[in-house]
Amino acid sequence: MTDTTVFGLCAAAAVGLGLYGLITNPQPLRKIVAFNLLGSGVFLLFGVVGRRGAAAGFGNDPVPQALVITGIVVAFAATALAIALLLRLFQTAGSATLRDGAPTNTGIDPTGD
Amino acid sequence: MSVATLLEMVLAAVVLGLGVWTIAARQTYAATVGFVAYGLLVPLVWVRLDAVDVALTEAAIGGGLGGVLLLGAAAQLRATEMASAAEEPGRVVRLGAAALSVTISAALAAAILLLPDPAPTLAPAAVANASATGLANPVTNVLMAFRAMDTMLEKVVLLLAIVGVWSLASDRTWGGRPGPHHQADPHGALAFLARLLPPVGIVVGIYIFWTGADHPGGAFQGGAILAAMWLLVIMAGLTDTPPASSRRLRLLLIAGPGVFLVVGLGGLCFGLAFLAYPPTLAKPLILAVEVAMILTIAVTLGMLLAGVPERGAQQ
Repeated sequence: MTDTTVFGLCAAAAVGLGLYGLITNPQPLRKIVAFNLLGSGVFLLFGVVGRRGAAAGFGNDPVPQALVITGIVVAFAATALAIALLLRLFQTAGSATLRDGAPTNTGIDPTGD
Repeated sequence: MSVATLLEMVLAAVVLGLGVWTIAARQTYAATVGFVAYGLLVPLVWVRLDAVDVALTEAAIGGGLGGVLLLGAAAQLRATEMASAAEEPGRVVRLGAAALSVTISAALAAAILLLPDPAPTLAPAAVANASATGLANPVTNVLMAFRAMDTMLEKVVLLLAIVGVWSLASDRTWGGRPGPHHQADPHGALAFLARLLPPVGIVVGIYIFWTGADHPGGAFQGGAILAAMWLLVIMAGLTDTPPASSRRLRLLLIAGPGVFLVVGLGGLCFGLAFLAYPPTLAKPLILAVEVAMILTIAVTLGMLLAGVPERGAQQ
């Protein structure tokens, strides 16, 4: 088994783990973490495929590398936005649940809007 | 391609174990700590895959700043954990999710094992065109020239994310300062580190940015380090977050995509194509875009971490 295959299988497992956590865990924060794990697995798959494309003196194809760098920054921005939404939900509703019809703080926002 | 060494086997096993912990741990905070550890080990995998540029980005943004963001949220939401324990899905959902996840993992694993040989690659094309820009780092070439459109749009995504976060502010704190005003013991370890580390960190950040032209590094990695230094000073209470209505802050936020767009339109006006650099001016133009980008990246990442405006601008 080559080095890339080991990491490729690891990445495939990370995607599956992330997907399972995303579906089954009821807490929004855990869903965000699971989604990041899924994304990290996808990035690693890119890296493994790029590693196989090593040529012209580079150990890894530069094009997938650049795409992954862009992807990491976008994933961070999306995570930051998701967490801001979640914390705001917690602030206004007093709970952080995605369940329909969850009890809230009588609908009056304590922060005044 | 070499046979996997013991180091690689152990690294893959530890990374996978942390991934399992992240999903399976009972407490959210423990799971988040597991994910931060995962985010700090994955860069080692990237180094083994010979992608040092990605390793730097993943360590700085995925592991470092992402870890701060997730741990902060986990600490604030700790009180909600008990309530959601009752919302665990039933056995059917769990089994269905497990079956779906295993199927997808197996399909991806099969795809990895059955990849075509020899693998398709764009590395020779990247080398053949490297002379057009005068940069020796192929990843920076792809980011700033060959796939510059992706990078420019990614700057726009960062801007949209910060607009999204700021738009969650209530009327009272609209345009105000994000986050609480941090107070730390002025003689404590945090304040000491916040005075000691930034001069070193700023030099390292600028060096990583500058060396990105020819070696692993670049505006993303350097910008993340600068953002981390800024946040350290804020968290030690030595300075405050700027109000969201600050004109200087907003100028910095749009500097990256703005300069990129102007250079891109310049390429269109002077006869080549959108985002085309004239060969003689390629390096200075790329450098100008990158300088604007590193400022925007550092400020945007810092403000994304600082979060929603919570205090009026005057407080």
